[in-house]
Amino acid sequence: MKRNPHRTQNIAFFFLLVAMLLIVVPVSLIVVIIIQKGLPAINWQFLSDVPRQGMRAGGIFPAIVGTIYLVTGAIIFALPIGLLAAIYLSEYSKDNPLNRIIKLAIVNLAGVPSVVYGLFGLALFVVFFKFGASILSGSLTLGIMILPIIITTSREALESVPQSFREVSLSLGASKWQTIRHIVLPNAIPGILTGTILGLGRAAGETAPILFTVAAFYLPQLPKSIFDQAMALPYHLYVISTQVPNVDEKIRYGTAFVLLALVLFMNLVAIIIRYKFRKKKKW
Amino acid sequence: MEKIITKNLNLWYGDFQALKNVNSGFKANKITAIIGPSGCGKSTLLRVFNRMNDLIEGVKMNGEILVEGENILNPDIDLVNLRKKVGMVFQRPNPFPLSIYENIVFGEKIHGDNIKKDKLYDIVEESLKSVLLWDELKDRLNKSAMKLSLEQKQRLCIARLIAVKSDILLMDEPCSALDPQSTARIEELMRELKNNYTIIIVTHNMQQAARVSDNTGFMLFGELVEFRDTHEIFTAPSDKRTEDYITGRYG
Repeated sequence: MKRNPHRTQNIAFFFLLVAMLLIVVPVSLIVVIIIQKGLPAINWQFLSDVPRQGMRAGGIFPAIVGTIYLVTGAIIFALPIGLLAAIYLSEYSKDNPLNRIIKLAIVNLAGVPSVVYGLFGLALFVVFFKFGASILSGSLTLGIMILPIIITTSREALESVPQSFREVSLSLGASKWQTIRHIVLPNAIPGILTGTILGLGRAAGETAPILFTVAAFYLPQLPKSIFDQAMALPYHLYVISTQVPNVDEKIRYGTAFVLLALVLFMNLVAIIIRYKFRKKKKW
Repeated sequence: MEKIITKNLNLWYGDFQALKNVNSGFKANKITAIIGPSGCGKSTLLRVFNRMNDLIEGVKMNGEILVEGENILNPDIDLVNLRKKVGMVFQRPNPFPLSIYENIVFGEKIHGDNIKKDKLYDIVEESLKSVLLWDELKDRLNKSAMKLSLEQKQRLCIARLIAVKSDILLMDEPCSALDPQSTARIEELMRELKNNYTIIIVTHNMQQAARVSDNTGFMLFGELVEFRDTHEIFTAPSDKRTEDYITGRYG
């Protein structure tokens, strides 16, 4: 029997549409429900007060601050190392089996479950280096977790700078480093920033890596040094959702809302940077 | 006087020999064209003069290349100085995505010892004047170079070399992205520039070689088959292969 191409096409479209809806609908539902149930909890007190009455009242200020500290610490650690590694891999390393394995390994590291990073951080930073459960340990663990993201996106950004720019620069007598410094890096910065911010978003939202390395169950004051424990939004959410009975739904969804807003905000910044870059892209 | 001399120059990309025993001499203040079919090694030959082939992995060379009497295959050669002296114009006009001004001062910024602003401005003016762009562009030096026409971009790329005070200009099919009028004007510029520069141009356009060059080399399968006065090579080629090529029997 001859197939009717028109009908085959309609069937294909139908399945593609279903696949798309399967993704879009749950995501929209999550966002809508969290906004609906969480938004009423948001007020100045919720954002600026410490948790009270065994976390059943008060605010989530220490958790917000803790998350910001952790994310900042992770980026201070991961951005320089990640960027330098990306420059090495894209500009200096030769194309040989060893370097191909290294590149593949880095891409795969991005897929390692985050709880594995948590255990690694526990063993290395908390126990071996004796940093204890502290902001330092947590930041380093998160930093290691987002390194593969930063390296991979930075490398892609560097490699997307046209080869001809490097050739001209070298042909004008610039050294390799001058070429990277003056020509390659400036043209790759938007891509590097995008990757960094995506990494930040990931670091802000993860629970497992901070579980054993920094997160405090209940600590109604702000950390004073990087060797202190701290509360963090994702762990706080986990605690008030599963470990503490009778927490008002409003507070739980409010916390989720703040976390979601923080991550979405970071992703939004990344999208804006990328959009501006595309519009300005000149080659 | 010869600016560049090659003696028994051989070059391999891995196992493939791209240049075979090339002996040549490029005269100062002349335009020398290198012609030949695709893959004959003419771009490879051009790119040994500023050692741009070094960027390709697996390149091996032997023989001698004397640039102003100095063997540039010597491992101790200062590549920065060599590339300042021997500038290259590429097939596709490739200004940096910076302003016109910054494109021209790029070389000075790289090599520079804190040159004063007005000195830099003088360099920009002088370089743009020598490629006949100054009147067109003097009011928009801070505009992006990416907005220029292809011809203007190619002139800007030449000006960028003039700014680093190159002596020798290597041109790798500099007009192949341009329309015929722009090509004619770039050729006119080349004739102007040869008073102060030594120019070597690679082209697969025989008419262009005949129009613009003083000497012409014909290459085939990595060999420099014939290397003579342009008029002679086009009217009375001494090698059968040259004759076949310029009469259009292949290529």
